[in-house]
Amino acid sequence: MLEAVEVQDVVVKYGEVTAVNGVSLSVPRGSILALLGNNGAGKTSLLQVCEGFRGPDAGSARVLGLDPIADHDSLMPRLGIMLQSGGVYPWATAGEILRLFASYSANPLDVDMLLDRLGLRKFAKTRFRRLSGGEQQRLSLAVALVGRPELVFLDEPTAGMDVGARQTTWELVDSLRADGVSVLLTTHLLDEAESLADHVVIMDNGVVAATGTPAELTAAAGIDLLQVRAEPGLPVTDLATRLDVRVAEEGPGEYAIAGALDTESLAEVLAWFARAGAQVTAVNTRRRTLEDVYLALTAGATR
Amino acid sequence: MTSTLTIGRRRGGIEILQFVRDKTSLIFTFFFPALLLLLFGTIFSDSYDHPGLSAARVFTASMIAYGTVTTAFITMGVGIATDREDGTLKRLRGTPATATAYFLGKLILVAALTAAEVVVLLAVGVLVFDMPLPSDAGRWLTFAWIFLLSVTACSLLGIAASALVRNSRTAGAVLNVPVVALQFLSGVFIHPITQLPGWMITLASFFPVKWMAQGFRSVFLPDSAVSMEAAGTWEHGRIALILAVWCVAGLVLSLATFRWTSRRD
Repeated sequence: MLEAVEVQDVVVKYGEVTAVNGVSLSVPRGSILALLGNNGAGKTSLLQVCEGFRGPDAGSARVLGLDPIADHDSLMPRLGIMLQSGGVYPWATAGEILRLFASYSANPLDVDMLLDRLGLRKFAKTRFRRLSGGEQQRLSLAVALVGRPELVFLDEPTAGMDVGARQTTWELVDSLRADGVSVLLTTHLLDEAESLADHVVIMDNGVVAATGTPAELTAAAGIDLLQVRAEPGLPVTDLATRLDVRVAEEGPGEYAIAGALDTESLAEVLAWFARAGAQVTAVNTRRRTLEDVYLALTAGATR
Repeated sequence: MTSTLTIGRRRGGIEILQFVRDKTSLIFTFFFPALLLLLFGTIFSDSYDHPGLSAARVFTASMIAYGTVTTAFITMGVGIATDREDGTLKRLRGTPATATAYFLGKLILVAALTAAEVVVLLAVGVLVFDMPLPSDAGRWLTFAWIFLLSVTACSLLGIAASALVRNSRTAGAVLNVPVVALQFLSGVFIHPITQLPGWMITLASFFPVKWMAQGFRSVFLPDSAVSMEAAGTWEHGRIALILAVWCVAGLVLSLATFRWTSRRD
């Protein structure tokens, strides 16, 4: 099946600065892909290539099987693009703006319904400049969706939103997938990527640092904390030197073993307790979250 | 897909709405020529020793030229520079709307504003200064083609000028410099233009403003006032030619310089 977005070895340069350095990714139809990364990781630049705002300096991008620049006119009616900011009329009301963008499409969504879905109905007669940052963001999302797009590009869709608005937005994006709409979104919010995306691509310094489903990404990183309850006062410094882990007795008989633990090292840890003649009464593990994976992968940038 | 014409019309509606609601542009761009007319018409009330010619009548014609330049050129130039900088053009580029629809919207705005500008100025001339309006169809026909060519030339030059503006906040100031300079050079504030040094008149003759003002004088001033013109005739043929050349130049320049995004992007 044809992918909604197919990016190959894309390079984006701004003068001497390379913002994107050979990124490949694909968004299967009807799925949500989150581009996760710090500010300046190259997410927006890559999105700009997919949206046809600029051509790649190397590599290629196909969107719905078309070239975003050469096939711009036939592609645009099928896309929904949400920019990070700007480009709406400060003196027009939310309703007027959404109706204007709806008029660009042959078969737009019902404007009132969309305002309701995004909790913007009561602001329909409010001028854009009087809306809060989060309300402007939601209107911007509505503008991207009103033309019934097949594929949506969302650049930091929930930036500046409060918790409630973020939840509403997530539900709406989630419902897009149910309608068969493909979504490519950028975010630096880990919980956003984890709860919305089918696939996550972690970008760091213009390259792909990791890719997979949220579950794959966290599973590959394994377990990062093992808690063992046994007799107090065991000589755990010995364990720490044998395996490359940090061990601490946090309370009497409460041992915490931290580090990248896989099946083998877990077995070794438990074997060590057995050799020490300890009576293990409880074992608990904590899986790594996407946040841990992300921090581990992007640590290089700040180190 | 919705037709470009329909989208253009809807964009025109929003553009007008924006302009009217933004009181600053409404007062400083739209009503400014009328204010000047009130001032000049009152201050210079009896400076012309010519039958049937009052300062108010001269300045009504002049201010129609001035109002057309500011409304078409400045509104277009500043408007597009702002749209480019704040991402309006970029956002539009990401929709099915075409560049033609965008410019159609701008054109509707400029057409509506300049037409309203003329109505306001004529109303001030007639109601405040008892200026007689031309009664024969021929003069109104002359007005129509001069007005049409003027608005077209100024709008197209405004589109081209928007490319020169680096920062939309200063766009108004930057674009007003050539406008104000040309107004003085072209005898918009100084009539008869023959009071100006010869080289100034020659210089002004290369630009559209002199011909616009002269054209509007030919419509609203009595025939006898033609003796005060530099050439001693209204030169309708030359007015048409020079304005048409500027229309073509403006079109070529705007097509060559138009960008969807600002330099920073």
